[in-house]
Amino acid sequence: MKMVFTYENIIFLFRGLQITLTIAFSTIALSFVFGSILGIARFSGKGILAKLAAIYIDTVRNIPLLLFIIGFRFTLPLPPVASAIASMTVFTSAMVAEIVRGGLHSVAHGQWEAAYSQGFSYIGTMLHIILPQAVKKILKPLMSQFVTAIKDTSFCAIIAVHELMYSGMIIMGKFVTSTQAIVLYALIALIYFTLNTALLKLSNKIKF
Amino acid sequence: MFALFKWKALFSSWDIFAVGFAITVLVSLISLIATLSISLIVGIIRCSNLKKTKKFANWYISFFQNTPLVVQIIFLYNVLPHLGIVFSPFICGCIGLSLYTGAFGATVIEAAILAVPKGQFEASYSQGMSYLQSMYHIILPQAAKIALPPMTNQTVNLIKNSSVLAMIAGGDLMYRADSWAGENLFYGPSFIITGLLYLSLCLPLSKFAQNLEKKVKAK
Repeated sequence: MKMVFTYENIIFLFRGLQITLTIAFSTIALSFVFGSILGIARFSGKGILAKLAAIYIDTVRNIPLLLFIIGFRFTLPLPPVASAIASMTVFTSAMVAEIVRGGLHSVAHGQWEAAYSQGFSYIGTMLHIILPQAVKKILKPLMSQFVTAIKDTSFCAIIAVHELMYSGMIIMGKFVTSTQAIVLYALIALIYFTLNTALLKLSNKIKF
Repeated sequence: MFALFKWKALFSSWDIFAVGFAITVLVSLISLIATLSISLIVGIIRCSNLKKTKKFANWYISFFQNTPLVVQIIFLYNVLPHLGIVFSPFICGCIGLSLYTGAFGATVIEAAILAVPKGQFEASYSQGMSYLQSMYHIILPQAAKIALPPMTNQTVNLIKNSSVLAMIAGGDLMYRADSWAGENLFYGPSFIITGLLYLSLCLPLSKFAQNLEKKVKAK
């Protein structure tokens, strides 16, 4: 027990947590932007742009994230953390796009017609009428997608990014007894668990 | 990336990818069966009024949904041997995947059971059926229809997540593709083929789920 909670180990794990959070929140912010654009593009339904968005979403959603992470690391000249963020953004954007599209579809069609009859343009309708209603329905699945993004940062351990999981595995290498190993893994699981549950609880508090 | 000799090398060692693909399919199938059983049991418990068991089910769901699959699988692979329990990477992967996806499947099943009108329960009770009988004969067949599209999406997630086996040398498609690419340094072709192979598994499933959802909406 003593060996697990030494000053060095805790600091080491927290450095890992810092990188986990950096990757997770950059991914969340970037994929929220790109995902919304892609989702709206696919929803709008016409032209080559919507087709391209649909192909992108359907392809990326059906390929494991791990493949993107490894593929980006080995084929693109990016530093480890940047390549992790890039690959996770590519993947999470497609997931977010599908959530956004689902939310837009759930708004009743009459809302469009009513807005048009009041002289709103397409973009005006989208901004003032449809998106505010869709956001309410999107919020919950979006939050669970963000939780998934936090969990998925642990995949980055495979390309030796020093995030929480990888830091844990390094410390694990020094350990010999079973108690140490179990306590360490329980600690890592607990950190992820607390982080994600807090985020979900927070999202339940948001009301419009 | 597109040099011809790299692709030639790839196709001359196609058997490596074939074995990896087979293992991925096998792991996914075994885990799918286990996932379905877990999510059915836990989902029914969540809808019942057994207080203690329900609490346990809630803990199971929130723990496994909120910790990464990687942590769970590495725990099975690295920590359990300390306690004298040794699983092969393949078994570790199956257990980890089923427990993780089961936690998500349970909420799917729960939502599907709750979506069946309550009158169905009351009607079957009035015919003298027990709780389990009405569940089995009346509720579950109706819930299955509702649960099919989201459960298919969970299956796609399961197949994608089976690539985590690469982290514990599980010998699946991802692992073999990565090690083949690492040996030859032909990363591009290897990853493109791997992506296409995963796509060939997952795309039909997710299209199937999308079509089902559309049909439900059209009704």
